[in-house]
Order: sequence, then C-alpha cells, then structure tokens
Amino acid sequence: MASTQVNPTRMELTRLKKKLVTAVKGHKLLKDKRDELMRQFLDLVRENMALRQKVEAGILSANKNFVIAKAGMSEQILNTALMAPKQEVYLEADKKNVMSVDVPVFHTKTRTADANDIYSYGFAFTSGDLDGAVKSLADILPDMLKLAEVEKSCQLMAAEIEKTRRRVNALEHVIIPETQQNIKYITMKLDENERSTQIRLMKVKDMMLEEAHHYKEREFVPQ
Amino acid sequence: MYKIAVVGDYDSIYGFATLGLDTFPVSGRKETEEKLEELAGSGYGIIYITEAAAAECKSVIEKFQEQILPAVIQIPGVFGNTGSGIQGVKDSVEQAVGSDILFSNN
Repeated sequence: MASTQVNPTRMELTRLKKKLVTAVKGHKLLKDKRDELMRQFLDLVRENMALRQKVEAGILSANKNFVIAKAGMSEQILNTALMAPKQEVYLEADKKNVMSVDVPVFHTKTRTADANDIYSYGFAFTSGDLDGAVKSLADILPDMLKLAEVEKSCQLMAAEIEKTRRRVNALEHVIIPETQQNIKYITMKLDENERSTQIRLMKVKDMMLEEAHHYKEREFVPQ
Repeated sequence: MYKIAVVGDYDSIYGFATLGLDTFPVSGRKETEEKLEELAGSGYGIIYITEAAAAECKSVIEKFQEQILPAVIQIPGVFGNTGSGIQGVKDSVEQAVGSDILFSNN
C-alpha cells in the first residue's frame, strides 16, 4: 500500500519509524482509556436505569395523588394554594474529571432547612390529599437530582467512548499498518539502491583495470 | 449558582412549584423549543421536561446532550409514560458499546 507518495530516503525512514512508535504507544493508551471508560460507563448506566425506573414510578404515583387532590377541591383554591411557593432550591454544579471527561456533580441547597416548608398554604381550605401529593413529590426530588447527574454523565461518557473507539480503530486498522508498509517499502528501496551502487562500482573497477592492463589483448595474443 | 426548571404541560408540572423548582408551562412545538433555548441561556443547570414536550423538540435536546450543562432530563407527564426516557438510556448504551447489551431483553 505504498500507493501514497513516499520519498525513499533515510530521513523519511527515521521520521516514519518515530511516527510508528508514537502511533503504537498512542494506540495502547487509547485502548486502555476506552476499556476503563467502558467499565465505569457500564456501572453508571446500570445505576441510571435503576434510578430512572424509581423516579418514573415515583412521579407517576405523585401525579395520581395530584389528580385525586384536584378532584377534591376547586381549581381556584388549588391555584391559590400553589401560587406562592415557600421553598426554593439552589443548585451548585461542580465538575468531576472521569478519564478526561468532564461530568457534572450537583449539590443542592434549599432556602429553608425545614422539610415542612414545602406546604405553601394554610391547611384550612385545602384537602388532605394535596398534602400527600406534595409530600410524595418532595420525597422523589433527591432521586430526581441524582438522576440528572447520573444521566448527564452517562450521555457525556457515551459520546467520549464513541470518539475514543473510533480513534483506536483508526490507529489499529489504518495508521499503523500503513506506516509499517511504508517503512518496509523504504527499506527495500534503500537496499535495492545499495546493491545497484555496489554492482556499478564493481563494473567501473573492471573497466578501469581493463583500461590500465589490457587483460583482454594479452589473452588473445596469437601464439 | 444555577436554578432548576420544569417544562411541560401545566397539569403535569404544577406540583413541582411547591418544591421550589421553577415551572414553565408550554404547549406547541415552537413555544417549547423557544422556551428550552431561553432557559439554557439563562442559568438553569437542570431542565426537567415531560416526555410529551421532549418529543416535540428532539433536535434542541440533542444539541444540549454534548454540553456539560444544562442537563435536560425527561420525566413522565400526567398522561402516562411513553418510555422515551428509558429509550434515551438505552440509546446511550448503544452509542457507547455499539449495541444494547444491557437492557435489550426488558
């Protein structure tokens, strides 16, 4: 596959040999990176699936509770009850480096520490079902935040694994064989050149000796 | 300091307001896409979006998938679970491994 233009020179040979060493080293490193990323990703994605199933089930039951709560009271009262939330959630996002992939780490802070501050209404006009509904939603919130962190990490790592896999494959199946082929081509060409120079020198030497001593004429001296 | 948003149809998301999350009721494709872009640009770290709304703006969500923030997370709405959240997890396995080796049988 020396179809690409390669100069059969010693300088090019040295350059290609260096390139091959780098490629092999890079290939090994990238392969290790891919394997480790894959190991961590598989753990994370299992956690992701478990969390997602839990959160989806939680939200489903919370939604049911909200529908029941809504059925038991008038729309206006419900809207008024939920109009001014007491609680507020602040989110802090740090970055964590996992095998050169930046994944987010979320920390949350609530405005007030009291867990009962989720009820933003007096209990006089609302039904008890609403309290239960709000509570069920509040219970699922920590899992939802964890889900956000894990799912985002999974997405970012999946993209990185895909990229790394492509690089490994390109090195393994294209760059390394091509370089080896080129090195072989140059070595052969250089050897061939050397042989032809040798032969040429031998030939020239013969010719010069012939000119000096006239061997041929002496051989054919008539007796 | 980031905030957390919940996007979707009003009936699915009004409960989240009591927890201190910011809720943004939307309807229709254009409004959802615009809202999502606007939220991503205004300091929201996590955006929960109902599966129904997410189905309408897949291209915008895909754009955010490569970025570290915001994390756009699908949640089921009041009209039931469409399974696209689970499908998203399966997709990322498929992207990383080449085929879904973990959850293909359930």
